Formats: sequence, structure tokens, C-alpha cells
Amino acid sequence: MKPVVIRGGRVIDPSQGHDAVADLLMADGRIAGLGQGLGVPDGAEIVDARGKVVAPGLIDLHVHLREPGREDVETVATGARAAAAGGFTAVCPMPNTDPVTDNQAAVGFIVKQAQAAGAARVYPIAAISLGQKGQQLAEFGELVGAGAVAVSDDGHPVVSSHLMRMALAYARTFDIPVADHCEDPTLKANGVMHEGLVSTRLGLRGIPAAAEEIMVARNLLLAELTGGHIHLCHMSTRGSVELIRRAKEKGVRVTAEVTPHHLTLTDEACEGYNTNAKMNPPLREAADVAALRAGVKDGTIDVIATDHAPHHYDAKEREFDDAPFGIIGLETALGLGITELVRGGVLTLAELIDRMSTAPARAFHLPGGSLKRGGPGDVVIFDPEARWRVDPDRFYSKSRNTPFAGRELAGRVVRTFVAGLTVFRGEVT
Amino acid sequence: MTERFLGKDLLGLEPLTADQIRFILDTAEPFKEVSERTIKKVPTLRGKTIVNLFFEASTRTRISFEFAEKRLSADTVNVAAAGSSVEKGETLVDTARNLEAMRIDMVVMRHPSSGAAQFLADRIRSNVVNAGDGTHEHPTQGLLDLLTLRDKFGRIEGLKVCICGDILHSRVARSNIWGLLKLGAEVAVCGPASLLPLGIEALGVTVFRRIEDAVQWADALNVLRLQLERMHAGFLPSLREYNRVFGVTVERLEKAPRDLVVLHPGPMNRGVEIDSRVADGPHSVILDQVTNGVAVRMAVLYLLAGGRPEMAEAAKGRAGEASE
Repeated sequence: MKPVVIRGGRVIDPSQGHDAVADLLMADGRIAGLGQGLGVPDGAEIVDARGKVVAPGLIDLHVHLREPGREDVETVATGARAAAAGGFTAVCPMPNTDPVTDNQAAVGFIVKQAQAAGAARVYPIAAISLGQKGQQLAEFGELVGAGAVAVSDDGHPVVSSHLMRMALAYARTFDIPVADHCEDPTLKANGVMHEGLVSTRLGLRGIPAAAEEIMVARNLLLAELTGGHIHLCHMSTRGSVELIRRAKEKGVRVTAEVTPHHLTLTDEACEGYNTNAKMNPPLREAADVAALRAGVKDGTIDVIATDHAPHHYDAKEREFDDAPFGIIGLETALGLGITELVRGGVLTLAELIDRMSTAPARAFHLPGGSLKRGGPGDVVIFDPEARWRVDPDRFYSKSRNTPFAGRELAGRVVRTFVAGLTVFRGEVT
Repeated sequence: MTERFLGKDLLGLEPLTADQIRFILDTAEPFKEVSERTIKKVPTLRGKTIVNLFFEASTRTRISFEFAEKRLSADTVNVAAAGSSVEKGETLVDTARNLEAMRIDMVVMRHPSSGAAQFLADRIRSNVVNAGDGTHEHPTQGLLDLLTLRDKFGRIEGLKVCICGDILHSRVARSNIWGLLKLGAEVAVCGPASLLPLGIEALGVTVFRRIEDAVQWADALNVLRLQLERMHAGFLPSLREYNRVFGVTVERLEKAPRDLVVLHPGPMNRGVEIDSRVADGPHSVILDQVTNGVAVRMAVLYLLAGGRPEMAEAAKGRAGEASE
């Protein structure tokens, strides 16, 4: 394995408060040095990063890779390659596969597929309950032994408060977070978008903000009761942000994530019955977007995660009621973050990298998210100025379902390294 | 094709201007007379092919459209979802492409999903008329309600109209709200809060919680059909109580400061949202609505086919001219 010296880039590492032009050395798959004018080992590859940003590889705590079950829309390999193209060096796929990732063999299968792909690292999230049926706990110990880093019944909210309590308590043994898609299914019912003025006008059934907030409040109470670590997936409402803020003040062990689309779009994106704006939780109102942005700025929301949800193009080419929820996000997340959040004055570039790399690594106790010596050689180089137009036909993902097609974004990945090896090389800019 | 007054499709009243709505109502006037003739047929749409695509059961609307089409001499085909390829799992986009391939001129569609009419209109070149999409809009019902009110009062502007009942699930309510507001009426809604959509006031309507208050305020009540399945979904305790609290009864109408006009889009649940004595009594214009429905739909089809409003009188020809 050739050592790599990345020279002259603006090295941003939130884990050690570093933001300055420097060289970065990787050897034996690990970070071997960071500083000015590092010596070049024999046979090292020299990468010129002048004018670019060098950062710890991005980490996405919430993706759907659809394998096993829906290999027609994504596989572990295509998802891991899409991740690498988006600057991600690690992703955490949710267990709502078919069959469900609720046993050690299933977790091991995903780990094996990821190793064969040789792109981004894949850290599976296993199911909380067998078959995600919300009844009997899955074998957390064996799941962790096989490589799972968290548990979640994402896609099937945990209805039983008792089961959630037991999951939070039992997960403490293995020190893993319990991630929940917060949704009261009786309030969500057959809703298809945010309940508000737009849903009233369009005549579409609404999902009230309370459907999320009730479960956020419940989960926070149960985390407090058990001392367990609750991770709240894809927060979408201002009420949720407020609940989390208060819980953190009390010292509840909670981490929370928000998607790039909930930070940048409102329910008005559903106008014209655009099925690529149909997601769960739904896009909310401008006041929610503002609160989510404030939450991600002040750390109430720890992490930006994509909820990358591939669907076949003709599944979205349907009546709004019948189209599936969800959009893909791995290849647009960094560009949206730079364009909307950094250029929009919400976050500094270092804060964006923290929310997309350092903070996710910390939340799920993952290696990476840092350029400290001895850590994994998981690094992204991107050009924060490069402008490009989102063209889904050029995605590495198998799917195309994005509301951002045609959008011009700033910030493009130049190169992604995993364990010191190049897993993605962008077009010359 | 001559200048279009409506654009390609009629998907709802929300996207229309007040002038466009008035054009349609004015165009409907001369068409009313066609239905009064012995030979109820004019050659206006001869050679045009219209498909009535109904994914939801409908008697009144489907027959009304069919009469409108036949009285304009169009060739029509009725497709009901049951027994068609739709039931075999064909998607709406495939249905649309197949219709397009048969070179039809217009599609009149009723569909249970909101936005289905726009979905279809975006994908085919033929004109699309929305005959009701989910809980979104039912524009020709809105238009025939407007025409009936205009016949009765001689104007829409300044009228106080209260729409009563299940506003949440009603496409008729939405089309009425847009049409009435655009033509300058004052609009209120009245019903149990469990059946009023969030943020309805923001559309510019007044909300009455009690039917007694609505009766004091209104010139006309448009009483919506209460879907019987709402009870089972937990929106209401019982039909009996609904009638007691919200039913439009003679006793309630007698307390009104003026003679109220009562509309109902049908089919009625007698004894639930409306008492029989009201439905059959002097306040009711329910059958006028049905008659106007044919004229309004003739006007819509004529205008979408490229007809000019001022030519409608000539277009319909002299009585008895048409023959086949």
C-alpha cells in the first residue's frame, strides 16, 4: 500500500479544531501525520490539494441500501459507490431490508457485500425487534458481534412504549444507540404530506407535526428513565427541536439527526403533486426549517444524515397518494450543505464537516470523523467553489428519485479515500 | 384551433381567473336552451372523441357529462375502472399513454387520488376535464353551483354563501370556495371541527361552529353530502347526532332573517345532513343544479375544444338543425 501525501489543502478537522493549510500523510491505511511541510516517504503518491478542502470522510448515519430484497433500486455496492462519490467514507444502512436485518447472518451478509464493493465503509444498523414487528427484541449482542453499530426499526416506528423502554435499557449492555423513526401511526394514518395550508389546498391527507413530536417526547422520557441512548432519526418539526433542546439541558442521552432536504425545502415543494417531494417525515413549513437550522447550528441537532431512500423511477411516476415516501441523498448532501447552509450563512464550513463527519462518528461510536494520527485513513478532498448541476442520470446510485434535479450546487468531491485507498476520483475540474 | 380561453385543461377553479369563470358561466347560458328543445342535439363537437374515464363510482356526474357530450354530437366512450385494464394493475401513466395512442381529443376523468387529473394532463396532449380528483377539486360542480346561485340571485358578488358539512374530505367544497371567492362572494364553512381542514381560515373563509349561526348569516347554504364511512374512521360519533347538531332542517331555516336558498351536490342522505322537507321544499334549488350541470359541462367542453364564448349562441345552431 503506497503512502499518500495530500499537499497544500485547507485541512479542516473539527475533532481537533484544525482549520489551516497543511499537508496530510496517510500510511498503512491510517492517518500518519498532519502539519506543514511533511516529509514525503519513499514511493508515496503526492496529491496536490491546493485550493481544495481536505477533511475527515463524511459519515451518513441513515441510508437505505435495499439489499437484500430490492437490488433493482440499490445494492450495498452501488450505495457504497454513491456514498464515495458524495464524499462519504462510511454509511449506516437501515435494517428494513427483505428479509429484515434482524439476525447475525443478515448483518454479516451486508458486511461481506460491503467488503466486496471496496468503496465506502458500511456499518449496518440492525433491527430492534424480530422482523421489525414491534414485539420481540432482536438479539442485540449477536448483532453487535456481527458488526451492527446501532439498532432501529426505521420504517416501522416502535409503537409499544414498553418495547422501546426495553430496547433502550437492554442496548446499554452493548453501549449502542437505539434509533427511532418518531411517528404515532394513528396520527399519521394514511397521510401523505405535512398537514397545513398546502395539504388543505391540494386536497392531500395531512400528517400533523404532533405525529412526530408525541413520539419524540415519549422517547426522551424513556431515555431518561432507562439511561439508554436514544438517537432520533430525521427530525422535521420545530416542536421536536424544542423538546430535544430541553432534554439535552436535563442531561438526557439523546442524539438527533436532520436531513439535507428538511433543512432546505418546505411543503410547498409538493405543489403540482411532485412525488419527489413526498417523504416521511414530510417536508414541513418555513418556521420548521428555520428551527431545524438553528438546532443544527447550536448542536441541539447533532448530525446531518441523508435518509437516502432509493425508489424505482416508475414507483414515483404515480398518483401522489400511491407513490412511495423518500428520496436519495448521498450524492447531493455535501453540495446542498455548502450551497444552502454554508453560503446561506447558517454554518461555517468546519461546522458543516462536524455535523456530517465528526459528530456522526461520535454519536454511533464509529472510527473516523477525525484526522488524528493513528485514525483510519478516511479522507475527502473537495472543491468548495466548484459549481455543478445535479444530473440524476450521472448518479452512481441505481435510483434517480431526487427533488434537486437540475439544481446548481457549489462544492464538489474531488477524491475520497477509505483506509488510505482512493475509492472515488472526481472529474478534473 | 382558435384562441383558447381556458388553456388545455380544466383541472380546478383555483387556477382560473374571475374572467375565465365568468366566461364559462356566460357560455353556459345559451347551452341551457339546447336541453329544452325537442331534438336536444347540436353539431358543435361533431367528429370529436371524448373518453369518460371513471375510476370511482358516479351516476350523476358521469351521466351529466355524457348528456353534455352527446348533445354536442361528440363521439364518446365510457371506461369504468372495474373490468378495465386498470383493475388488472395498469398504472395511470400507461392508461394515459394508451389513450393518447388512440388519438382521442378529450378525457373526462374522475379519480380517487387528489392530483390525478393534473398528472394525466401533464402527460397527454388531449384536453383533460377533471370530474373530481380525490379531495382536491370538482370544478364543474363548482361551476354549476355558481350558475345556479347566479340564476337565483342575479349576481354572485356580495352573496353570503355557507358551505356546510365535511369540508375536510370535500372536493366540492374546495371548488366552491375558489369559485365564490374569485367572483366576490363572502364564503363561510360550517361543520364539526373534526371535519374542517387545518388552516381553512387562511383561504379567506369564515368558520361557523354552529349551524344556527350560519343560518343567521347566510343568503345560501350549500349542504355537502356526509360520507357515511366517516363515522367508522372516528371523525363523528353518529349520523343521528350529526343530524341533531348540524342537520339543515325546516325548523332551523325558519329562524333565518331572510329566505335562504339551499343547494346540495347530491346524492343526498335524507335525514342526515338535510331533511326531506328542506330538500323537497321551496328553499331547494337542488334540481336546478342538476339541470345547470349539463349546460355548464357543454360550455366547458365547447371552450376547451377551442370555441369562443361570444360564438356559443351561433355554435349551437338553430333548433332542430342537427341531424345524424
